[in-house]
Amino acid sequence: MTTGSVDVLVVGGGPAGLAAAISAHDNGAKVLLLEREARLGGILKQCIHDGFGLLRFGEQLSGPEYAERFEDELHAREIEYRTLTFVTGIGQNEDGAFAVHTVGRDGVSVLYAKALVLATGCRERTAKQVFIHGTRPAGIFTAGTAQHFTNLLGQMPAKRCVILGSGDIGLIMARRLTLEGAKVLGVYEAKATPSGLTRNLHQCLHDYDIPLHLSHTVTRVFGSDRLEAVEISKVDETMSPIPGTAQRVDCDALILSVGLIPENELAEALGVQLDGRTRGPVCDGQCMTSVDGVFSCGNALHVNDLVDYVSKNAQQAGKAAAYYQAKPRRLIQMTPADGLLYVVPQRLNLNESNRATDLYFRVREDENNCVLHIEADGKEIFKKRYAFLRPPEMENLTIDFDSCGLNETSRVVLRLEKSAKETV
Amino acid sequence: MTKELVCIVCPRSCRMQISMDGSEPVVTGNTCKRGRDFAVREMTDPRRTVCTTVRTAFPGVPVLPVRVSAPIPKGRIFDLMREVNRVTVTERLGRGDTVVPNILDLGADLIVTSNVLKEETKG
Repeated sequence: MTTGSVDVLVVGGGPAGLAAAISAHDNGAKVLLLEREARLGGILKQCIHDGFGLLRFGEQLSGPEYAERFEDELHAREIEYRTLTFVTGIGQNEDGAFAVHTVGRDGVSVLYAKALVLATGCRERTAKQVFIHGTRPAGIFTAGTAQHFTNLLGQMPAKRCVILGSGDIGLIMARRLTLEGAKVLGVYEAKATPSGLTRNLHQCLHDYDIPLHLSHTVTRVFGSDRLEAVEISKVDETMSPIPGTAQRVDCDALILSVGLIPENELAEALGVQLDGRTRGPVCDGQCMTSVDGVFSCGNALHVNDLVDYVSKNAQQAGKAAAYYQAKPRRLIQMTPADGLLYVVPQRLNLNESNRATDLYFRVREDENNCVLHIEADGKEIFKKRYAFLRPPEMENLTIDFDSCGLNETSRVVLRLEKSAKETV
Repeated sequence: MTKELVCIVCPRSCRMQISMDGSEPVVTGNTCKRGRDFAVREMTDPRRTVCTTVRTAFPGVPVLPVRVSAPIPKGRIFDLMREVNRVTVTERLGRGDTVVPNILDLGADLIVTSNVLKEETKG
């Protein structure tokens, strides 16, 4: 068994892990990054479409181009990393150091680190998790799996397919499969509003005349060896199928784009507290979780729609991890109220500078002409008007909390004032 | 006549209106100049950047991600796909390298978007 010791150990070599490792290194830490796959880059390896990096680089990059910019930075700094290395468990010594057990090509190792950055990304929700009934034929894929087959293996997973869910990966795959000669019969969404970015509805569906059916879902699948058809039903406002609306659609593949869930198995094993709304760790303005020395960033923290935000957030996590020292925190809560689905970070540590705290939030439902208010102890500290806000489009703000006179008993609340303009 | 458009230039996805009735196009709803440019082009010469893969001769990397170096006319997308699917990459090209110069005379090169083939030799 080999062993080693670093300041910051980063788990995950996707966009979050890469940015965190680079930032921790630049802030003086000895860093080691672990990646379980053969190559760095995470999911961006297979996201060959463009649209990445507009906020960060002012360019429309494809996924591999975006990821490789960070990989180049990692190599230029000679930051140590291991691929094909899987973390099997994490413990904590009495002196506070983390003991990370791994298995890789060289066998098992234990690595010690002062601070951990968990950049473990997210996973796709599967057919089982959306309760699709019927037989279990081949031909039912998550959108990410279909993307892996098409873009990395060069194999077509479908000739005639139905896509369930209007998440961005589903929309991207509708276009991708159409370009490669498949017939995409339609995208079916159980909700009454689309889940993906508006521009993806246009450039992926409208451009190729692919119909989007809202308030519809797949209620059954048919076929023994290979999928032969799916049953589509209309659903009501509670997303329950309406009897008598079922229709059979013949197809050879069903592609699911029904949501992403932050991957936090390692975090949970460490006793990290999760937020039921984001399904990621509860963290403070420095991306530190409820466990001192454990940081979280990227899609493991909350599912992002833009990688540019992932990089920005991971940079903060990496920097904070580099400067991590065991010392008491004075934490106060930030509460999302009226109309808001969640806010990240969920807490502020008053023992750290919060002069430029990056806030990320999502709304519960589509909103027009609304005003976001941030209040501390009932006093308004920030407000911003938005022409429209949609749940799929995450918003980012930088707020100076240091000038707000916060103390241990303060309560910070974010709330949305709806349709503020229409009453005029 | 006024047409409703959604800008695809950035994730903001601005909802825009364009009127081509006067001597100058009138664009509203955009929040930047790129939005206006996109709207005018969308009415006169709609273009898209196509990203796809191209077959390789290397078993470890059966396909290589590529894109066009500049947006091409929307109506030529499937012509481009047919052309790309005829190509097999036999050299270890890297990110930014040209696979097909001025593909189909569209004024754009087909370029590689990943170093995966080059990386493979290092392992």
